[in-house]
Amino acid sequence: MPAQYATTRRDVLHAIGMMGGASVLYQAMTTMGHAAETQFKGPPNLSGARPGASVVVLGAGLAGMLAAYELGKAGYKVEILEYNRRPGGRNWSIYGGDTVTELGGATQQVGFAKGNYLNPGPWRIPFHHRTILHYCKAFGVALEPFIQLNQQALVHHSKAFGGRPQRYRELAADWDGNVAELLGKAIDNRGLGSVMTVEDADKLKVALREWGFLDKDMRYTRGDKASKRRGFDRPAGGGVDGAPIPSTPLAFKDVIDSKIWGVIAQHMDEERQMTMFQPVGGMGMIGQAFGRQVADKVRFGAKVTKIDQSGGGVTVTYTDVANGAVQTAKADYCVCTIPLGILSQIDLDVSTGLKAAIAAVPYSNSVKIGLEMRNRFWEDDDEEIYGGISFTDRPISMISYPSGGLHSAGPAVILGAYTFGPASYKFAGMTPEARIADALEQGSVFHPGKYKENFTAGASWAWSRSPFTLGCCAQWNEDTRKEHYQTLVKVDDRIVLAGEHASYIGCWMEGALLSSLDAITRLHARALEA
Amino acid sequence: MKRIAPLSFAGISFAGLAVAGLGLATAAAAQPRPGEVASTEVLTGAQIYENVCQACHMANAKGAVGAGRIASLARNPDLAYPEYPIAVVTGGKGAMPWFRGHLTDQQIADVISYVRVNFGNRYPARVTVAQVAANGIPKPNEGEH
Repeated sequence: MPAQYATTRRDVLHAIGMMGGASVLYQAMTTMGHAAETQFKGPPNLSGARPGASVVVLGAGLAGMLAAYELGKAGYKVEILEYNRRPGGRNWSIYGGDTVTELGGATQQVGFAKGNYLNPGPWRIPFHHRTILHYCKAFGVALEPFIQLNQQALVHHSKAFGGRPQRYRELAADWDGNVAELLGKAIDNRGLGSVMTVEDADKLKVALREWGFLDKDMRYTRGDKASKRRGFDRPAGGGVDGAPIPSTPLAFKDVIDSKIWGVIAQHMDEERQMTMFQPVGGMGMIGQAFGRQVADKVRFGAKVTKIDQSGGGVTVTYTDVANGAVQTAKADYCVCTIPLGILSQIDLDVSTGLKAAIAAVPYSNSVKIGLEMRNRFWEDDDEEIYGGISFTDRPISMISYPSGGLHSAGPAVILGAYTFGPASYKFAGMTPEARIADALEQGSVFHPGKYKENFTAGASWAWSRSPFTLGCCAQWNEDTRKEHYQTLVKVDDRIVLAGEHASYIGCWMEGALLSSLDAITRLHARALEA
Repeated sequence: MKRIAPLSFAGISFAGLAVAGLGLATAAAAQPRPGEVASTEVLTGAQIYENVCQACHMANAKGAVGAGRIASLARNPDLAYPEYPIAVVTGGKGAMPWFRGHLTDQQIADVISYVRVNFGNRYPARVTVAQVAANGIPKPNEGEH
């Protein structure tokens, strides 16, 4: 795919423009009081349900459990039907000792050490996802920092540096430094004369020298200045050899070929800016904590087959997965969080417009692979990587080092693959054993001689084969948003849908929760009008 | 052997995904397996099946059942006329996403042709690019991502 690798000047300028432009725009907007980062206005504080009014909630993921919790507080009699035998839905951790089975029957007995885990679904929480953070605090879920950006982590591109990974720090420093030097030259050549005054251009030159770690002659070159950011060949020490020895920047052409800007931009995305969080002990702690709040309301192992809302109430027919018995649940109203790909197969008594909306939204795929290593060799003296992500253009796309338990002894789990799109289909089609072998092979590019050698146990999850979702996340596009979104979120007589699929924060827990709060607030208003 | 076009999935990743796919463009480049001597075109369809379709429909094409169902493609009479599988693969159906624009029309024709003569199906007439062009559902506007 030549277009992927032939970098043009335009690509470079586009990337610069994107970075500078986005931050300038953001500053301007926050000054004006725009660009708020959340729609969360606190818990809904619903109250005054009509005596005896009831709601059946379909799905004990975060959206369903939040609906049940808040509607219960408002005075509704609530029952949750859940297909799985655990609460949490996609919020889930797979621990050592667990047994998991995908569609198709592939079963994995997870050999991680006790307490070690893979988060097959969500794994990090942005600081501005105020809803999930609010309920974590309310429900007693302990959080710790999730290390998204680690400058000591590695970046690998098969077409740059002979396929040898480089430190993020050096690539990012050399990217900024070279861009600063080039812009300085452009100013000297009066290249910016049409867009800024000489006075402003002089100010910009000063800024470029500081921002790019340029020397006094506006050059990005081997020396103490550049090394202060990218690191020294011999770091400063004590005694006789205390003096540091500067390092030499990488050739800019190679830096461009490494596509480092794509990695830099990932960390710039508002959803991945520091600070990020993770629950102590695995993301599934959130699902478990929600589950405790609604423990008296959930019926597990219930496979919904029909939802009817004729005759002044909602009747849900379901099969008890354990014994095949067909049963019904009746309520005045229904909050349905069943993923759309499954819901589209259920006999559903709603408007034709809502049916069409449900049928119009397919699901993406993702595969995650956890690789447990005998020890944290990546934290040792010669690596010094504490958390963060190393990126590659290989199909695994990245490996992520654990953010929890830093600097401890004993086995730890690396996220050995996080794939969407084509790579996820390929991995999903493999046996669990083949996925792990492939992920070990691909990831060993970062830590040759250690990665495969220290491997102890692996686990993976292919969302396309997930029995309770049939996919990873709702995959909207501009056409379906326009045609179906408002219909999908509207209360349909006695039924309202909720979940990440009914939000514009798709694939994030925050979207599921904000959708749920909005849905139950409107459903409650509808119930009081009735 | 005909060069097998990589499944480049043009836009790198599907709309709305949470991750910019640094590595995704190269992800599913189908590697021709040495030693296989079936006709090139059937091989192409087989590799597309293995790299994409079997993620859900399984290696035996029998699909599966959980809270919902993944359709079985084995002994499936819906494959008798190419129009139906062409519509499903290009436009998606239920949980299945659209593949128009992510697979080429040639790849779509090849993989449907492959499924139509395997897994207990006996519909030997090859599906052509012209049929995909005529009956395929256009790729939606995926937006900027």
